[in-house]
Amino acid sequence: MTDLAWIDGALAAARPQAVAALLRYFRDLDTAEEAFQDACLRALKAWPANGPPRDPAAWLIMVGRNAAIDQVRRASRQQPLPPEDLLSDLEDAEAAAAERLDGSHYRDDVLRLLFICCHPDLPATQQIALALRIVSGLSVRRIAAAFLVGEAAMEQRITRAKGRIAKAGVPFDAPGPVERAERLGAVAAMVYLVFNEGYSATGEAVAERASLADEAIRLARLLLRLFPAEPEIMGLAALLLLQHARTPARFDAAGEIVLLEEQDRSRWDRKAIAEGLALLDKALRHARPGPYQVQAAIAALHARAGRAEDTDWRQIDLLYGTLERLQPSPVVTLNRAVAVAKHRGPAEALALVEPLGGRLDGYFHFHGVRGAFLMQLGRAPEAREAFGRAIALAGSAAEAAHIRQHLDRLQADSAEAIGAAR
Amino acid sequence: MLYAILCYDNEDVVCSWTREEDEAVMAKLAVVQDRLRQEGRLGPVARLLPTTAATTVRKGTEPLVLDGPFAETKEQLLGFYIVECETLDDAVATAKDLAKASSSKGSYELRPVGFYQPEGRGA
Repeated sequence: MTDLAWIDGALAAARPQAVAALLRYFRDLDTAEEAFQDACLRALKAWPANGPPRDPAAWLIMVGRNAAIDQVRRASRQQPLPPEDLLSDLEDAEAAAAERLDGSHYRDDVLRLLFICCHPDLPATQQIALALRIVSGLSVRRIAAAFLVGEAAMEQRITRAKGRIAKAGVPFDAPGPVERAERLGAVAAMVYLVFNEGYSATGEAVAERASLADEAIRLARLLLRLFPAEPEIMGLAALLLLQHARTPARFDAAGEIVLLEEQDRSRWDRKAIAEGLALLDKALRHARPGPYQVQAAIAALHARAGRAEDTDWRQIDLLYGTLERLQPSPVVTLNRAVAVAKHRGPAEALALVEPLGGRLDGYFHFHGVRGAFLMQLGRAPEAREAFGRAIALAGSAAEAAHIRQHLDRLQADSAEAIGAAR
Repeated sequence: MLYAILCYDNEDVVCSWTREEDEAVMAKLAVVQDRLRQEGRLGPVARLLPTTAATTVRKGTEPLVLDGPFAETKEQLLGFYIVECETLDDAVATAKDLAKASSSKGSYELRPVGFYQPEGRGA
């Protein structure tokens, strides 16, 4: 790794903290981002010559702030009427700067920066794009590639999202405990969305989108450092790490999905699993269960099973039951049904999913799972019909190909049955 | 003299290495470790998980269990080596060899070992 690569790494690592603090000073996202960019350019010049600063984030905040203040002053000299409110804000900020740079005040800054990305007016994809752009500092080109849209279109989307946020007003007051907890919940959900965007990637742009999962884990670790004693944040980080650990085994050489049961478990990332299990252990000590912890516990049972047949499906069934109570959703029930099929058989599992048809009729996995249960029960014509529905709803070629394998098997089975009957 | 070579670095930076970058650094470190091993000087080697996975137990009449690392610092203890070094100069030279594996800006703290008990699990 070259010196430049190290500087890149240090700038990226300091970004959330630095942009968040600059946002507090300037109360404007674009100004904060420009100030950070400015500071980065200066770092590229200064750091190789002078050596790296002891605290890169503090250096970037100071330099970024001064650069932006210079800009405002220059601009104000050219304008007959200075933007009075902005200037007085800056003086307040300057007075508070030294005291604030000790690092202990960053928590609410970074939380605010993340929180404005999950404004309820923004659709999920815009929340994700905004967080990746502003907090993670991914280039618009990379985000566009991950979402399979053109760069100009993504640029426009991000600009529009920023406009909406500016109009909605950013909450700059220090949050109270209840508000802080609410913000943390919204931010955790957004981080989970970022992860899912990467995790559910198949087909085109898999590599681009898979890197979103890495970004999400980075954000989860950031949250964990800010809120080290929140069991749900430990659960979220554990969940992401345990899911992500399976990534090396989730696709075959041709890019086809490899199901959990068929994955080569020696390819799972043991270090990520160790970290995930450690975080889950920490969370459980608090005895304050929540949806992320329960989902992490389910992922942990898969991670702990050396072979697919060692999986503790009964325990997974119970955990999904807990999740249903904490967070009722037909998708959770569908997942529970898979566990039920494993340890109580496909008939009970089918009975569990049949009532979900109304709400999950447009859901690929519902028809895929239902078809699999019907197939196991020997109800081939119904299974074939369910698989047909699934293929029609498949979101990617890999998903469709996976269902087609089932259909081929049904085809082969029935050919065999006809052969045997003769 | 046995030395503990304690590796400190900014884990934000180290955790943001890509898998390839991380593997490249580990491969370079393995070369130095192999040499030390051949010379019969290498004891246990450990790489620690991020401090977010850490728990702290603070001693007292009623010991306190806290989430997170012992101290909030810019650089974190990320791992350590136990190496036999004849002199401090040898220890410094070994740390310098290890330092070449990556261009990150962390530090190695060289701590002479006072009590050493390698038996037990994995020894």
